[in-house]
Amino acid sequence: MNIEIRDNLLQDIREFMGEDLLEMNLEYTHPLLRIKRDRLHDACRFLKNTLHFIYLNEIIGTDRFTSEDRFEVIYHLISLRNRQRLFLKVRVEEEYPVLPTVTDFWKSANWNEREVFDMFGIRFEGHPDLRRIFLPEDFKYYPLRKEFPLLGVPGSLEMPNTTPDHD
Amino acid sequence: MFQSDSNISRKKPTYFREHQEALYKSLEDKHATVEVDHSDPLATRMTLNMGPQHPATHGVLRVLMELDGEVITKCRLDTGYLHRGIEKMAENKTYQEFMPYTDRMDYLSPYSNNVALCLAVEKIANMEIPERATYIRMICCELSRISSHLLWLGTMIMDAGALSFFLWTFREREKLYDIFDEVAGHRFTVSHSRIGGVNNDFTPVAEEKIRKFIREFPDELKGWHKILDRNRIFVDRNNGVGAIGHVEGIAIGLAGPSLRATGIAYDIRTFEPYMLYDQMDFMVPTRTEGDNLARYYCRMEEMAESVRIIEQCFEKMPKKGPIRVDDAKKSYPSKDEVYYSMEGLIHDFMMTDTGICPPAGAECYHAIEAPKGELGFYIQSDGTGHPWRLKINSPSFSNLQGLETILDGEMVADTVVVIGGLDPVMGDSDK
Amino acid sequence: MSLDRVMGEGYFTTTVDALTKWGRANSVWPMPMGLACCAIEMMAFAGPKYDAARFGSEVFRFSPRQSDVMIVAGWCTYKMSHAIRRVWDQMPDPKWCIAMGACASTGGMHRCYGVVQGVDNFLPVDYYISGCPPRPESIINAILKIQDKIKEQQSLKLDS
Ligand code: SF4
Repeated sequence: MNIEIRDNLLQDIREFMGEDLLEMNLEYTHPLLRIKRDRLHDACRFLKNTLHFIYLNEIIGTDRFTSEDRFEVIYHLISLRNRQRLFLKVRVEEEYPVLPTVTDFWKSANWNEREVFDMFGIRFEGHPDLRRIFLPEDFKYYPLRKEFPLLGVPGSLEMPNTTPDHD
Repeated sequence: MFQSDSNISRKKPTYFREHQEALYKSLEDKHATVEVDHSDPLATRMTLNMGPQHPATHGVLRVLMELDGEVITKCRLDTGYLHRGIEKMAENKTYQEFMPYTDRMDYLSPYSNNVALCLAVEKIANMEIPERATYIRMICCELSRISSHLLWLGTMIMDAGALSFFLWTFREREKLYDIFDEVAGHRFTVSHSRIGGVNNDFTPVAEEKIRKFIREFPDELKGWHKILDRNRIFVDRNNGVGAIGHVEGIAIGLAGPSLRATGIAYDIRTFEPYMLYDQMDFMVPTRTEGDNLARYYCRMEEMAESVRIIEQCFEKMPKKGPIRVDDAKKSYPSKDEVYYSMEGLIHDFMMTDTGICPPAGAECYHAIEAPKGELGFYIQSDGTGHPWRLKINSPSFSNLQGLETILDGEMVADTVVVIGGLDPVMGDSDK
Repeated sequence: MSLDRVMGEGYFTTTVDALTKWGRANSVWPMPMGLACCAIEMMAFAGPKYDAARFGSEVFRFSPRQSDVMIVAGWCTYKMSHAIRRVWDQMPDPKWCIAMGACASTGGMHRCYGVVQGVDNFLPVDYYISGCPPRPESIINAILKIQDKIKEQQSLKLDS
């Protein structure tokens, strides 16, 4: 990873975002940026079209377990031309866990957003097909939230009957 | 909040009705499987359900296809049949305790997964690894790459209709299993790479076995090339099947050999060299066609490159040296110390109890090039021995996502070949 | 068919019985319910080195209608359990079941919300194989044990 290119890119982002760039962490070479929630769409457009971050690798959800801004969604972007990785964070509060989708910029956000929805219950507005991806639709909880017990809730997922005819 | 349902045993199973309904709805279809159009029987639409128990889906993938004659017009994948919540388990384990779980993610190449986690934890905890350990890791990673590609080759060709290849590739795999058995003590769930180094050094027998394998393997590979490269049946079956361009490939986020087959030389070993790959001389095979045949060539050439890397590793590897960090706060002491000194025993105990504690609030990402593509671990630490959040970026997940797009417009009979060519492993993608 | 009800416990019945048992025991065709890592070891069991064909488990039948013994290899999630049960219900009698590996037997290391803690919660398991993953030798052992079991059973009575 070329540090010079990285710093130039970060300078560009800083200029574009201005005040809305809330936090920047360069401790482990990959930049982690936190921006204001309302600017997410703007920032994505800028990153993709101007700075050439055309490859969305994954979307990470985390549960900070705080009363304010409980969830954090991290977009992991790669610029193949500049050989850079970038992590873009936004925070969402628990009462209204909704974010705009980024599937209109990166098609690969589709499953990743579904995964975050499945695990944390964060909904993505405008997503073409927002269903649970791993767990069945009948399951009512969000397992990666911190309060969910490791062993699950007994009876929340059904088991098959042990006789061939189910009566 | 979480009330258990005591009536559950007396309820009739619904087979996750809501789930099925949502799935069919997303295909814009009712549950009907065939809709006969009487005016034109050839225009009959049909919904075909493949899996989750199907020999060609490499495990438990479920594919739902809407067919127009023999052409797939739309397809939806239903994954999660192996979802056990590995990320949740990670939050409840210390880093070392979690390490054996990585074996069971991509179970065709467990060693790469071990190394991926170890490197990520070492990065977040700022550890330096002895040189010999790094070389051992690299050799075993490349061996596991060969092993994974061998299984892909066998099953992919078996899906295309030739059973004998499966037997041949498995014969080679058995040799690799023997090597891992000698190196680590188990056939494939090795857990050999530990945080801070590796568990044990190569024995002379193991080293000899590896050298013998890399001497003989290229000939074997050549023989396979001879059989397949100009085999009419094989080429016709794969040429132009499941083709995808590089723009689309990036957009849907393909990973590993599938992305390289579209012409993009994205390989973490050169993109962001880890371990000592920057000192190695190797090539990243790419193709531009983006179809199944291109994927075949990429993987075959990768195997040859892996052999070259192993040879170089043996040349450059220091003959002796420590294989684990000598720091009781960061890694386990050796068994000698544990058995014969009080301090060693205490350290061992402390290590098991609290484990490695990266600085609070640290978060980092580290990726390696696993056989199937980029395998990354994103770790958030809260200063204790357990990760606060550990996210796995698995290559099979990215590749399977692409499958929905790739299958559009293909023939239904090509589904199995395309799945075989992408080489997804459900344990990896379902987390 | 209740052959013995017609003929009782005569010489003929026992001979036919012995013949059927011999035939059955030496041609147990597995239904590989390969779910996870253990499935790879199950492939090795069918592969060239361990060669399951020596013991009459000639072919792996992916169709439940043609198989006698189901090998559940890998952890079984709640979502998958229904499919397994359906496949099991589709297998014709007489049938046997092997739980291969720690996960299929007890849930193993995957003690988590998604995994059924042992397939014996919904399947009648005949033989459990320990190990994570078990080596192919132990699957051969399990097949032999199943053969013993077949030989001890009354085959004609079982059918009636
Ligand atoms: S017993 Fe071990 S090897 Fe077998 S499926 Fe379970 S975790 Fe995998």
